[in-house]
Amino acid sequence: MNETAHSAMIELTYREAVREAIGDALRRDSRVFLMGEDVGRYGGCYAVTKGLQAEFGPERIRDTPLSESGFTGAGIGAAMAGMRPIVELMTVNFSLLALDQILNSAATVRHMSGNQFGVPLVIRMATGAGRQLAAQHSHSLEGWYAHIPGIKVLAPATLEDARGMLWTALEDPDPVLIFENIMLYNMSGRLAPDAGPVGIGKATIRRAGSNISLITYGGSLWKTLDAAAELAKEGIDAEVIDLRTLRPLDDATIVASVKKTRKAVIVDEGWRSGSLAAEVCTRIVEQAFWDLDGPVGRVCSEEVPIPYARHLEIAAIPQVAKIAAAAKAALGRA
Amino acid sequence: MTAVIDKPHLTREHALDLLKQMIRIRQFEGKCAELYTQEKIRGFLHLYDGEEAVAVGVIPVLEKRDRIVATYREHGQALVRGVPMTKVLAEMYGKQEGCSRGRGGSMHLFDSGTNFYGGNAIVGGGLPLAVGLALGDRMQGKSIVTACFFGDGAVAEGEFHESLNLAALWGLPVLFVCENNLYAMGTALALSESETDIQRKAASYRMAAEAVDGMDVIAVEAAARRALQAIRDAGKPYFLECRTYRLRAHSMFDAQLYRDKAEVEAWRRKEPIVRLQGWLQANCMIHPEEIERIYSEVAAEIAEAVAFSEAGTWEPASELTRFTYAERAAQEKAAYHE
Repeated sequence: MNETAHSAMIELTYREAVREAIGDALRRDSRVFLMGEDVGRYGGCYAVTKGLQAEFGPERIRDTPLSESGFTGAGIGAAMAGMRPIVELMTVNFSLLALDQILNSAATVRHMSGNQFGVPLVIRMATGAGRQLAAQHSHSLEGWYAHIPGIKVLAPATLEDARGMLWTALEDPDPVLIFENIMLYNMSGRLAPDAGPVGIGKATIRRAGSNISLITYGGSLWKTLDAAAELAKEGIDAEVIDLRTLRPLDDATIVASVKKTRKAVIVDEGWRSGSLAAEVCTRIVEQAFWDLDGPVGRVCSEEVPIPYARHLEIAAIPQVAKIAAAAKAALGRA
Repeated sequence: MTAVIDKPHLTREHALDLLKQMIRIRQFEGKCAELYTQEKIRGFLHLYDGEEAVAVGVIPVLEKRDRIVATYREHGQALVRGVPMTKVLAEMYGKQEGCSRGRGGSMHLFDSGTNFYGGNAIVGGGLPLAVGLALGDRMQGKSIVTACFFGDGAVAEGEFHESLNLAALWGLPVLFVCENNLYAMGTALALSESETDIQRKAASYRMAAEAVDGMDVIAVEAAARRALQAIRDAGKPYFLECRTYRLRAHSMFDAQLYRDKAEVEAWRRKEPIVRLQGWLQANCMIHPEEIERIYSEVAAEIAEAVAFSEAGTWEPASELTRFTYAERAAQEKAAYHE
């Protein structure tokens, strides 16, 4: 055992991992800057960027007016002019005010211009429910964004990915959207102080198992791992796949797992109808239908605007018990 | 028009060039309309007939390094900027020799060689882009101006107000050029704006702003020179409202039920080509054979563009998905670390 390496690990939160990733990017490349609402003097709505303006100044940690479309479009233009902007949208709900720029410009320009112009832009935003912020701050719309050709969509669920995906996204010549689940910001763990970039575009098996494939991403990963632990007590050996990248989807990892376990449940905090879970399910059916022993299950958000009251919010989104129950149902052990 | 005639840059040669550029756009688009009826050009086709003085007055004043963001009515901007007529027409044919490989069509002319950042068909969508281009240039210490063209319809969009505010707040080198042709498709300005004096809206963002007769190419050029000088001196944005008129239909599908023929006719008498040509003739600055020569040179260029487009090829459907994402990600990644 390498004691030196072990003691060198540092304890930090997901929030701090994102902050370190941003600071590191700004230190490394003078073309990188961050802009968004209250990212500077306030320190970020979720305190992610706290302290960064003091280090990098108001030009590179740039507070913006509440003009989501305006400053997202400005990020696109700055990227086209040779910069490497990071645009922070406070939450995915607010990103809808910038959807025109994301879809009609960022995602479109390279193809529509015949490859003359590209948009090397990173857009970060918070997503998900769990803080009783009600129906205009709590939705999970990353599945919508995963519908759009021309962009890439990332959902870091671990400290390593929170720290490493930004670096890789900034190296990408095309627009990359990063969704940070608000329930992960306070999650703490250990990370190497020199943790570096991680690959994108590949899913990862977070728990190997042989009886059923539980496929998820983002904030639901930890609930799914907890469900897998519950299932283990009942002798069910679940495999948990963290999609990590929602566009492009890593079909190979999903299909290989399903071919092994022959059962699948998808856990997605988005609404069920037209969801990312529907897309994953369809790909399994298209590519592994004859390997399945039964129907594919889904645990998604209930089809309601996320409510304020604590018990209703809990009931609206995927929870450990629901995931475990869905897995048992898929195994015929309900 | 006499107000600026004494300016040293208005030589006879220069005036003839302005006339030729306007005739070039007008004749080219006349051919486009004809090709549209022949179904050589499909989709939407928006003609600039009557508004030529805006592009011809502004764009030649820009430096080569400057950038342009345009609208879906941008054939004139592209031609004056120097995007070859052959590539513009081939784009409208949908041929891969077109300036956007046939992917964009009439509304989405792009040309990296001339810093032409496209025809944008989302009204108002180009303004944030122009702000960002200027922000990127400013942060890199580059002395570049971004000229952003848009119509009076864009003024009603939130992005107009967000962009003017950002440009003024951050002091960015953007030349906002509002082509006020009095109609957003078929909706008259007075039916969509509580304040129809558009330049006042820009002034309310503490931005230098002026309105100019957009049917007078020399007045537009003089205003553009003032604006660009101010932008280069102060590094701040400038708003130019060019009051003009669209003499043809909004697109080829427009029956023009929303305006009187008499109104169109009244504006046609003020149109910029007749106006400049008449003024040059009245002042004995142009010979009839020079006008003939302009028309014959333009006709030859158009004939060449048609031949080029006819001979053009279709991008194989097997390449449909190319350039949805960058293809040489690995190389670009390596370049990033240099």
